[in-house]
Amino acid sequence: MRQQAAIAAKVFIQRDYTNGTVCQFQTKFPSELETRMDKQQFEETVRTLNNLYAEAEKLGSQSYIEGCLACLTAYTIFLCMETHYEKVLKKIAKYIQEQNDKIYAPRGLLLTDPIERGLRVVSFPALSVVDGKYCLCIERSLRWNVPQAQM
Amino acid sequence: MKNCEYQQIDPQALPTPTPPPHHGGDGDRREEPRRPRRKWEVFPGKNRFCCDGRVVMARQSGVLPLTLGLILVTSGLFFIFDCPFLVKHLTRCIPVIGGGLFVFVVITLLQTSFTDPGILPRATPDEAADIEKQIDNTGNTSYRPPPRTKEVLINQQVVKLKYCFTCKMFRPPRTSHCSLCDNCVERFDHHCPWVGNCVGKRNYRFFYTFIVSLSFLTAFIFGCVTTHLALSACSCSASQGLKVGKAWCLLCRRVQADILFIKNMLKNSWALGNPVLELVICFFSVWSILGLSGFHTYLVASNLTTNEDIKGSWSGKSGEDVTNPYSHRNIFINCCSVLCGPMPPSLIDRRGFLPADESSQTAGADIELPTVATKSEINVCTQGTKGLLESATRSPLLSTSCPQGKPQTAHTCPDSSPAMNSDPSPELSTSCGARHIASSQGDTSPPRHTKTRSKKSKRAALHIPNPAFDVPVSPTSPDTGPSSKARDHKSASFASLH
Repeated sequence: MRQQAAIAAKVFIQRDYTNGTVCQFQTKFPSELETRMDKQQFEETVRTLNNLYAEAEKLGSQSYIEGCLACLTAYTIFLCMETHYEKVLKKIAKYIQEQNDKIYAPRGLLLTDPIERGLRVVSFPALSVVDGKYCLCIERSLRWNVPQAQM
Repeated sequence: MKNCEYQQIDPQALPTPTPPPHHGGDGDRREEPRRPRRKWEVFPGKNRFCCDGRVVMARQSGVLPLTLGLILVTSGLFFIFDCPFLVKHLTRCIPVIGGGLFVFVVITLLQTSFTDPGILPRATPDEAADIEKQIDNTGNTSYRPPPRTKEVLINQQVVKLKYCFTCKMFRPPRTSHCSLCDNCVERFDHHCPWVGNCVGKRNYRFFYTFIVSLSFLTAFIFGCVTTHLALSACSCSASQGLKVGKAWCLLCRRVQADILFIKNMLKNSWALGNPVLELVICFFSVWSILGLSGFHTYLVASNLTTNEDIKGSWSGKSGEDVTNPYSHRNIFINCCSVLCGPMPPSLIDRRGFLPADESSQTAGADIELPTVATKSEINVCTQGTKGLLESATRSPLLSTSCPQGKPQTAHTCPDSSPAMNSDPSPELSTSCGARHIASSQGDTSPPRHTKTRSKKSKRAALHIPNPAFDVPVSPTSPDTGPSSKARDHKSASFASLH
């Protein structure tokens, strides 16, 4: 008989503040994942997420118009309208879902949307790459057979 | 592989939702919750939530009722007593403009008070463990607390990130821990008792709009009331032919000449007494509010927070060549980014439901590490986390969430150590909050002499930012000069705490 044990492990990826307080993650490939996945794919995922967050926080004409309009209406339009940021967050959620389906889940990893845990580390008992706004956390869970102690 | 081995978790040892005990009983709250609980109900900070988590405030509402009351009373008197007169003698636009400003002020005030200022949720146990693992990579299992600062380079400027023992994370740049609310708040500006909430990243634009529109409103009411008095004085003096413009020009001479006349009128006519009350309130408000608006306009234009300005983070006081790394070096862009930038979402999921197995725990506040099966290797991370908690218990309070402040403020919770917070915190923060409330009710009740004087002193002194070391805001402070000189007071109070 073999005893099965589950291992849940989390890998956290920190925020990258070199450009200020915008939400960016470090693209450095964590060593714990070396055996699990391809470095290029990981960096691609993180870079895309960084770009999406940059788009959400971009100071452009759209955000200015939205801001001015909101100011003129005493910010009451925030109650009725979905902001640009929220729209991009939905895009991010969709992207993460796709990445999970295509890349991470087959490798036993799971990337979690940071917003689920307040844009911080998100952990998940199954494999999760938790994408936190302040940490990216990759969590992995493995099951293997462990010989019984008595034997 | 490396120093940190991942813990092998025996599924049988994993905490599973316990089946209801067969010895029947009373405690079926945990086994079968009557309804799913929302996350705001177990939020570890000292906040008050209303409308099922839609509204966030500080636990102590501060003097928000007073703020609202003053605005409503002054505006009410204006509409009742001044508007009819001015509509008759001047123009109908007066109540329209006044009404518009009043609505604007009240809406922005309520939005400032009820919006999540940018609270950062506390670190989960795994994250806290990982942070410690990263700090202590040597595999040393000593139980010392992690270092308190971490340096990062932001736009070629070295910035120190401090470790928050309460929230168990390195605070992101510009984030500070508010002792009154017991939360880390992004882009923390200050804790404002007037609005009963912190002012941070998400509600700074509401706050700024509030004080600017309030400046306009008070100046407008002040002007209207002065005009009313002047016109009344003129008409009572039987100078029928004077036009409004001339009335303004003659105002000074008229007021001097008619001081006694007006005093008599006050005694005789109730209707003119109210405008004088408004005049007095507005006179003192105008200076303080205008000063505050001016100060915050300067902050917005330089992309600074009150906290950073008071501490002089980027003014180069230490002699180093420091510049504000967050500034866009352009006043217009700074203003736009602060006031018209994208609205970030709330990071605390207030209205989300707790998972069934967590409904009896606090979110992120307690650590439930599964007991390790035999023969499995102890996780350095696990041990490190426990060590963190134990060391936090032993570590001094000084740099942690509960500030030492002026004794009379009593807004501090002297023995609420971060370690206590690491235990199931709601009970402790509740008790701590209760202590706060109990003690603060004695404090914040403005034992107010005259409303105006207190208002002026409060306005001047109460917008005290919380330095990163969780210095409390003092609601009772000595009189200071006009609000722009509140900076001196703030510096003094800050200095006294060091």
